[in-house]
Amino acid sequence: MSFFFEVLISGLLAGVMYSLVALGFVLIYKASGVLNFAQGSMVLFAALTFVSLLEKGWNFWAVLVVTLLAMLVLAIVIERVVLRPLVNQPQITLFMATIGVSFFLEGFAQALWGTEVHGLELGIPDKPFEFMGMMISQFDIVAAGLSGVLVASLALFFSKTRIGRALRAVADDHQAALTVGIPLQTIWVIVWSVAGLVALVAGLLWGSRLGVQFSLTLITLKALPVLILGGFTSVPGAIVGGLIIGGSEKLAEVYVGPYVGGAIEDWFPYMFAMLFLLVRPEGLFGEKRIERV
Amino acid sequence: MSEYNSSLFLSINNIEVIYDHVILVLKGVSLDVPEGGIVALLGANGAGKTTTLKAVSNVLGVERGDVTKGSISFKGERIDQLNPAELVKRGVVQVMEGRHCFAHLTVEENLLTGAYTRTDGRAAIKASLEKVYDYFPRLRTRRSSIAGYTSGGEQQMTAIGRALMANPTMILLDEPSMGLAPQIVEEIFEIVKDLNSKEKVSFLLAEQNTIVALRYADYGYILENGRVVMDGDAKSLSENEDVKEFYLGLNKTGRKSFRDVKHYRRRKRWLA
Repeated sequence: MSFFFEVLISGLLAGVMYSLVALGFVLIYKASGVLNFAQGSMVLFAALTFVSLLEKGWNFWAVLVVTLLAMLVLAIVIERVVLRPLVNQPQITLFMATIGVSFFLEGFAQALWGTEVHGLELGIPDKPFEFMGMMISQFDIVAAGLSGVLVASLALFFSKTRIGRALRAVADDHQAALTVGIPLQTIWVIVWSVAGLVALVAGLLWGSRLGVQFSLTLITLKALPVLILGGFTSVPGAIVGGLIIGGSEKLAEVYVGPYVGGAIEDWFPYMFAMLFLLVRPEGLFGEKRIERV
Repeated sequence: MSEYNSSLFLSINNIEVIYDHVILVLKGVSLDVPEGGIVALLGANGAGKTTTLKAVSNVLGVERGDVTKGSISFKGERIDQLNPAELVKRGVVQVMEGRHCFAHLTVEENLLTGAYTRTDGRAAIKASLEKVYDYFPRLRTRRSSIAGYTSGGEQQMTAIGRALMANPTMILLDEPSMGLAPQIVEEIFEIVKDLNSKEKVSFLLAEQNTIVALRYADYGYILENGRVVMDGDAKSLSENEDVKEFYLGLNKTGRKSFRDVKHYRRRKRWLA
């Protein structure tokens, strides 16, 4: 039984890491109704910038501040160059634009900082410790705590503040938001900056585990089933979805895997998400489509 | 603030609007809204009513429309280059056709988004919220419902209430009667009249429902094909033979059937 819990907990903690990536998607989806294809590239860009500056011998905190500023500048540039000319266009147009942004960012980050794999040491030991007879990674605990704080503060921000309300309003109706005096441009810069911040946190945690390299962009693929499960529009949904995906994939791997030849961890979440779509297309916590009949 | 004649509260001066660089929609529209007035903008579909309102509130940009000629001023100052948020701060708010509530926000959250540009503190915003609820008691009972699930009338009230939350002096109200039962239309127009007399809000009102609009407005303009073809006091307009014939469906003998209308006459156009 203790083995079961050990698998479950390690899965849940890994799931929190998926949630972090999913969170970036949710933010931009909530404020513009668009799946930001470039989220993975933002993770790569943030992590690569961070690690390259760190390797130049800069102070950790200075690097953190500079990278955050870089993400802010990136948000402003994306708003100016991509979003502003496309205001009030169909969502598929915006989606295509984020694909463009994604390719640009991947190329730009690697042109700027090179393509080698960087190791990243955050000073959090990735050693397991014993807790009630189970082995738990210290790093996972820190990562989970960090994500928890991030999710809680973002959820509060969206539901309680004036800007959070404006963000949701913009997601519902660009033009109406304009007519009540919500400045779309400012809102978009804010939301892309926050998504940039989330990308940085995700990039650091994933980067220190896998090494900072191009394949970081691929972790976004694991965020998709998380989003389908939790709902594209829900901040708490991202965390719950991540927990379910993380926990179930590890349990499936350990208990079901041996019967079908193993390695089901890689495809299990997608199957799970697909089945879930049939039952509840808007996800556990997502907004239902409201249609007048 | 510069000196201005109170009759030139909102003044639209010979504007021309072109969509997508090719489609000429407004061909020189001029109209004035005096301070404290309710002015109706009448006309059929495609006449240019909505475009006129959007030109004032400056949201044409997102539809690739452009004011290419003429000028718009509010209280004596040019406003045609201001962004919509700046305009809301100055007291000009548009209520769009088809309500456009934020469907996933509650009614109260919808109202609060209207106060986005205000900087006079929470207490003042709370007071405005109460005032809106006093004008629309129905909204008070539905304050925590998701706006998308409320009825059309309630959504229209939410949209007007949301505009009121910005403390406007001028509301551009586009087709408030759209898709609503006659009784609700009456109710909403009564409130408009009330807001006009008690809160001193001026209205520029685009309507297809000519009968109701002329009953509540002081003055009216009739648009056809992007031109003002006629204007006058609401009373004189509703007594005008041509208006009766083409917009009210009446003739000298009273109400008549659509079958009896001579179609070649219905196609008559006034030249501006």
